[in-house]
Amino acid sequence: MSALARPGAGPAPATRGVPPQGRFSSYVHRSAAAGRLAVQPRMGFADLATMREGLREVRDADATSIGTITLDSYTRVNDHDSARAALRTGAELNGFPLVAHGERATRELLESVSGRDFPVQVRHGSALPQPLFRAMVAAGVDATEGGPVSYCLPYSRAPIAKAVSAWAECCELIAEQPDPMHLESFGGCMLGQLCPPSLLVALSVLETLFFREHGLHSISLSYAQQTHPGQDLEALAALRRLGGERLSGADWHVVLYTYMGVFPRTPIGSFRILEESVRLAVRSGTERLIVKTPAEAYRIPTIAENVNALEFAESIAEDEAAREPSFEATDTGIYEEARLLVDSTLELAPTVGEALVKAFSRGHLDVPFCLHQDNANKSRAYVDPRGMLRWAEPGRMPLNVKDFDARRPVSAQGLLGMLGFNERRFDREQLTRVHSRELLVGSGPRSLS
Amino acid sequence: MSQVMRPGKRFIVSSVSSDAHMWNLVFLQLLLEEHGAEVNNLGACVPDELIIDECLSTRPDALILSTVNGHGHLDGLRLIRKIRSEPALEDLRVVIGGKLGVRGAENIVYAEELALNGFDAVFEAGSGIERFEEFLGALESGPSRARPALAPVGAAA
Ligand code: B12
Repeated sequence: MSALARPGAGPAPATRGVPPQGRFSSYVHRSAAAGRLAVQPRMGFADLATMREGLREVRDADATSIGTITLDSYTRVNDHDSARAALRTGAELNGFPLVAHGERATRELLESVSGRDFPVQVRHGSALPQPLFRAMVAAGVDATEGGPVSYCLPYSRAPIAKAVSAWAECCELIAEQPDPMHLESFGGCMLGQLCPPSLLVALSVLETLFFREHGLHSISLSYAQQTHPGQDLEALAALRRLGGERLSGADWHVVLYTYMGVFPRTPIGSFRILEESVRLAVRSGTERLIVKTPAEAYRIPTIAENVNALEFAESIAEDEAAREPSFEATDTGIYEEARLLVDSTLELAPTVGEALVKAFSRGHLDVPFCLHQDNANKSRAYVDPRGMLRWAEPGRMPLNVKDFDARRPVSAQGLLGMLGFNERRFDREQLTRVHSRELLVGSGPRSLS
Repeated sequence: MSQVMRPGKRFIVSSVSSDAHMWNLVFLQLLLEEHGAEVNNLGACVPDELIIDECLSTRPDALILSTVNGHGHLDGLRLIRKIRSEPALEDLRVVIGGKLGVRGAENIVYAEELALNGFDAVFEAGSGIERFEEFLGALESGPSRARPALAPVGAAA
């Protein structure tokens, strides 16, 4: 694998002047400096042997790969007894029950595969993660993810105020360690779909500011691919610009997630949407990408499916670095909107944590369709005829939404239609045998804007 | 043609204890409301006790459980056993649907056990919404009615 130049890709590296801290961040920055996109699966299995084999195969993949341990849902909601019971009876879980396996077994697992050239991240989704953080610290985990909003609203019924204090405690626990874990905000995902880019960018920035407030220096900002590559490119530039303005003194980078909403069902559609996310990552100068597989719409992916997706991503990344851009960023004011949300939220209280609690209690921040009791759930989003994700209804958020046409109640079928936008966009090719790019070129300007 | 559900029915829509997915719940709420029903949506990660308390205090026409995270065969089984051991809820209409295990198309293997333990119907993802609408159309007005010994089980597609 040769080092790749990235013509016209992204601005200068994020961490000018701040040396990478820890194994995880060092690996990401070393890869970026060599012109390589670091790629990571979403992978978790209940039993130790399968988990170990999975990590080994990811390590040995023909890609600039990072390892992932995705945790099961019982561990996420602190029902460790149910996780232990499942390990005893052999009942199938949807991920790795880290606390139930315990810190010793987890440390042994990590020591058997991870290293300077293969850091491993634990991905969970736990609003009140104190037991998990204690176990991760004891087991010597390189990195994890989350945040007081992004792991509370979509993942629990814990009050935000409680999640804020739990996450403060956990950040401080990491910060006290001689070699602190890297922490990634999951704020760029929220419910996986139908959350407009400006709010994703704002939440990601606010969560990393919260991490900073609680003593962390090695952090990452996230963003999830949405419905329109030009709009996503604009959002990633806004995220990087805000990171540069707000995270000085920190060691940070950006991670992109391949689409987190209702996924294409055909193999071709799945690889095409993954392809688009890889091109987006390279084009935006994003350092790390978390991939998805053709199993997504159906079930947890196998080890082989994950390895295929990583190797496919690596080859598309090389291809994208060597070619002319095929899409351009839109100019719809995502940066300005995200900055407004960040600043007006921070004005609400002296600390980031309190400001987040207040902002949600007033509907000043409001995640569309999110049923969590602390979310106002007055805002609405829709996919416009050009495929861009936009606000239909801002609720009480300080946004200037002019699109009154879009303000109508959504029906059950209408909701499925919006959720299925990317599924249709990418499955069309295999279902009708027409290449999606031909369709795009045929139906509009090349910039897709 | 299936019967159309009589308006004015009351439903509880809920996830199970370990499942955080919400879009399925939002969808089911909209669908039921379009059929003229009143919906109490309990949201995600709902503890068994909260579901049981809500059923006892509000006496819905049916409890509609939805879960896709793959733990439905565990959480759903534990929950339905608790519900059926509550004398006042023995006859409550309770159905479950979604992705009930982590076996993809083979999740249908869980349907029978779930039904045998007291679910009135099991709708594995992909079995289509028509069968659910038939179930709704067949709901009788008035309070509970005795459940058949072995309720029909939804086949996967
Ligand atoms: C969006 C999403 C998320 C979001 C959810 C945000 C939120 N809070 O709602 C986020 C990113 C947070 C998330 C998290 C997780 N997810 Co998720 N998620 C998805 C995804 C991509 C789309 C789901 C969706 O929005 N569907 C739209 C709704 C409307 O459709 P639906 O849920 O399928 O429901 C339809 C039918 O199933 C049916 N139905 C559902 N319930 C019922 C009930 C009845 C009575 C009836 C009649 C019908 C019915 O009707 C609906 C309309 O057609 C799916 C994969 C996919 N489908 O593409 C994975 C998926 C469901 N997630 C999965 C998993 C495992 C998780 C995690 C555990 C993380 C992990 N290990 O990967 C966590 C969950 C944590 C927890 N505590 O549960 C797996 C489940 C695997 C399995 N069952 O085998 C999937 C399939 C992805 C995968 N392939 O691994 N997820």
